[in-house]
Amino acid sequence: MCSYVVEKTALTGSAKAAGAWTPITKAVVSVDHPSHATLDHALMLDFVNAGCPVSERVALELSVESARELIHCMQTALDAFGDGG
Amino acid sequence: MYEGLLAETVTITGFGEDEIGAYLARPLGPGPFPGVLVIHHAPGWDSATKEIARRFAHLGFVAICPNLYHRFGPDLAADDAAAAARAGGWITTEQFLGDAGGAVSHVRAMPVSTGKVGTIGYCSGGRQSFLAACELPVDAAVDCYGAFVISSAPPELPYRMEPVIDRAPRISCPILGLFGVEDKNPSPDEVAQIDAELTRLGKEHEFHTFENAGHGFFAVDRPSYRVDAAVQGWRLVGDFYARHLS
Repeated sequence: MCSYVVEKTALTGSAKAAGAWTPITKAVVSVDHPSHATLDHALMLDFVNAGCPVSERVALELSVESARELIHCMQTALDAFGDGG
Repeated sequence: MYEGLLAETVTITGFGEDEIGAYLARPLGPGPFPGVLVIHHAPGWDSATKEIARRFAHLGFVAICPNLYHRFGPDLAADDAAAAARAGGWITTEQFLGDAGGAVSHVRAMPVSTGKVGTIGYCSGGRQSFLAACELPVDAAVDCYGAFVISSAPPELPYRMEPVIDRAPRISCPILGLFGVEDKNPSPDEVAQIDAELTRLGKEHEFHTFENAGHGFFAVDRPSYRVDAAVQGWRLVGDFYARHLS
């Protein structure tokens, strides 16, 4: 279904697309019908620079299963890093 | 037999007297033709929805599909407009009704129009087609697996998706509902509740729930596509409009 599930969070970092890096300030996270991936539903990540047009966002559409795997990988990596630095 | 159709973007007057884009597809020839308002789904004013509009034109209708995300950027690609809608809180019910009503008026004013206009929508558009039947002067409405017609969206969602069943006493046209038995939103139980409420209110309607089909069974570009349900569904839509838009 068109779920309208949307979450947002501020980010500090950069993203690269079309051969160029750009600072990103926000992520918009949703689970809904994707635009490109041939899936019924997908986790959609829009990495946004608030000063740039929406067409310049960095976008991902991931299957729900692979998104869960990605979250697990990210959490594992962060846990391994701990408070280090 | 000669066949031809014209499909193009046009400008219509929508909510708040705003000028917005719409995709209009119609048969060539003098008509007159009945109209169909095709309501795009949450992914936006995309090629799949425009393909549906062209199919209705092929079937002998003037089909119009307003860009409900026009205000997020009139020249954005569909996926970018959908991203802007997600980030910007989607659209309001009042805005939808204004834009949809403007599209219906645009078709009715065309010289090739019979004056009869139906609506159809899929998924979120199905809910909005039901909403149009409640609030707009249309002659027939098709709801294809619209969620949140009778149930509320979970409270933890930031976007409040209110049910529209409370508006059902104002329904002024027949409704065709097409659903899949494997759908969870709306579930067969919810469909039964909507069916019962329309019966209680004395509203003309017919609901069909297809076996081996879930949400999105009409969507030819997604794994949810189910050929038997889709083929039967298109036939039922044609029969329904033939009875109510002729």
